[in-house]
Amino acid sequence: MLNTLLRNPSLLIGGVIVLTLGVIAILAPALATHGVEQMDMANRLQGPSAAHWLGTDNFGRDLWTRLAYGAQLSLGVSALAVSLSVLLGTTIGLVAGYFGGWVDMVLMRITDIFLGFPALILAMAVVAVIGPGTPNLVAAMVLVFWTEYARVIRATTLSLRSRAYVDAALTGGASHLKILFREILPNAQGPIIVLATLGFGTAIITESALSFLGFGVRPPAPTWGGTLAYGTRFLSQSPWLSFASGLTIMLACLGFNLLGDGLRDMLDPRSRLRDGGATA
Amino acid sequence: MLAYTARRILTLIPLVFGMATVAFCLLLFFPGDPVAVLLGDAASPEQVAQARASLGLDQPWFMRLVNYLWSLAHGDLGSSIFQRRPVLDIILERLPATLELASAAMLVAVAIGLTLGIVAAVWRGTVIDMGAMLLAQLGISMPVFWLGIMLVYVFSVTLGWLPAISRGPDLVPAIGQALQGDTSALSKALSHLFLPALSLGLGQAAIISRLVRVSVLEVVHEDFVRTARAKGLGRPRVMLIHVLRNALLPIISVIGLRFGVLLAGAVLTEAIFAWPGLGQLIVLAVSQRDLPLILGLLLVFALMFAIVNLIVDLIYGVVDPRVSLE
Repeated sequence: MLNTLLRNPSLLIGGVIVLTLGVIAILAPALATHGVEQMDMANRLQGPSAAHWLGTDNFGRDLWTRLAYGAQLSLGVSALAVSLSVLLGTTIGLVAGYFGGWVDMVLMRITDIFLGFPALILAMAVVAVIGPGTPNLVAAMVLVFWTEYARVIRATTLSLRSRAYVDAALTGGASHLKILFREILPNAQGPIIVLATLGFGTAIITESALSFLGFGVRPPAPTWGGTLAYGTRFLSQSPWLSFASGLTIMLACLGFNLLGDGLRDMLDPRSRLRDGGATA
Repeated sequence: MLAYTARRILTLIPLVFGMATVAFCLLLFFPGDPVAVLLGDAASPEQVAQARASLGLDQPWFMRLVNYLWSLAHGDLGSSIFQRRPVLDIILERLPATLELASAAMLVAVAIGLTLGIVAAVWRGTVIDMGAMLLAQLGISMPVFWLGIMLVYVFSVTLGWLPAISRGPDLVPAIGQALQGDTSALSKALSHLFLPALSLGLGQAAIISRLVRVSVLEVVHEDFVRTARAKGLGRPRVMLIHVLRNALLPIISVIGLRFGVLLAGAVLTEAIFAWPGLGQLIVLAVSQRDLPLILGLLLVFALMFAIVNLIVDLIYGVVDPRVSLE
């Protein structure tokens, strides 16, 4: 275990960053030094100090506290969006790849259509239609993220479908459902784990971008993107506000990207040369 | 080549109608009544009914879909609810600004990405390689909106070198004037374009550099490269003519695929720099919930993405004659 980690610095560094952010999110109430909405107008827009580790915002709210609670929001929303996208995308990919024929054709054409929209723009349109708010934000993200999983799982399923052990199971009288869940899905786990980890980075940036534009989780919720957005209004007096919140978003995305790269190297060493990553 | 191009353009048509259908169906989930939003609380029921009829909202959804697709086939995207003008006119007004920004950003991305990737591949395994790839990993993880804000802070707020917001004169006429000896418009246009293009292009440069490094490393060990070296060609010449040309294929295809991300990034970049393009327009349309405008913009963004990928496929055949387009 330790050897694997030492030989794979991406996995190690990415894992440490992700783990740290996860712990901060879970322990936010214990780690917070102030109340999340606790205002202190006498100490607005302060730089880092002993009392306020990362300074304060325009209402004198403690930035460290808000970023820690923001981790709960950003990681929570992203985790939900990624899990639901994996569920939807994997199901569609499995069905398309396994049954083939016109089922495959129809499902893949629909996937192509969704892939044809730039992701963030489709997400914005969806939020515009169904309205802002956290559940709607998650729905919008799922609607733009599922396609990637569907395509990869379909390709994996197609190649697994023709293996001898699937034929053997079919001959042995196993049902389609059983073959899909017992024979094919376990063998498609590697790509799903890698894609989902990299997708987490994309989800964090997308959530921040939507919050930044004002279409994400509603204020006064302490989202990273929202903090960054109102920080720009005080850029000349207190650049720290935008700087720290943006750095947090970048660190989170970096962590998941490194972890994803590391997992890919570990699970599928041949793919070391292929490339990918999340950005928005 | 011509037949292939024509066939590819024809395949765009069902894709566009598919997208229009999906986009239209999404909008059916709109919970409120756009007319109520438009007219406000003070409107009488008669006024609401009249407005609904004039917008065609009193018809069943499938009739509206058929009408929408029929208008689309005639190049009519409907009218904006708030601006009360044809959606197509509004979009065409804003399109040049976005194209200018996106092209400049792609230029930045390719120039920096190629340089960084080649440098990393040539000095593979050294500190230079590691430094370049660390930079690339940071660039990939950097949110474009944060990079933009930090560039504004450094170059506009602190140093005061470049304007923080808005667009200068149109670039293309400015280049024309510069060719006739008057460079004032060009320098003004570039001073406004520099920061938005840089912040939008750097993230893509990071991705391109990683790919360039990998593609170059895959090609340098091929026999024809060894032959070229054995013939006595110098390293730079082998690199440029033999290695890079063969490494270019995956790079070109990724540039096409990244264009969608670039367009999405343009929305954020335009919001930060008050760049008067389609990105700023869609933010406005979404906050006003101007459905016809949102629908039109969604389609235009998707169409731009599809056209860029078509061009990329065609360039493929030019760069590598082994790729058969027929």
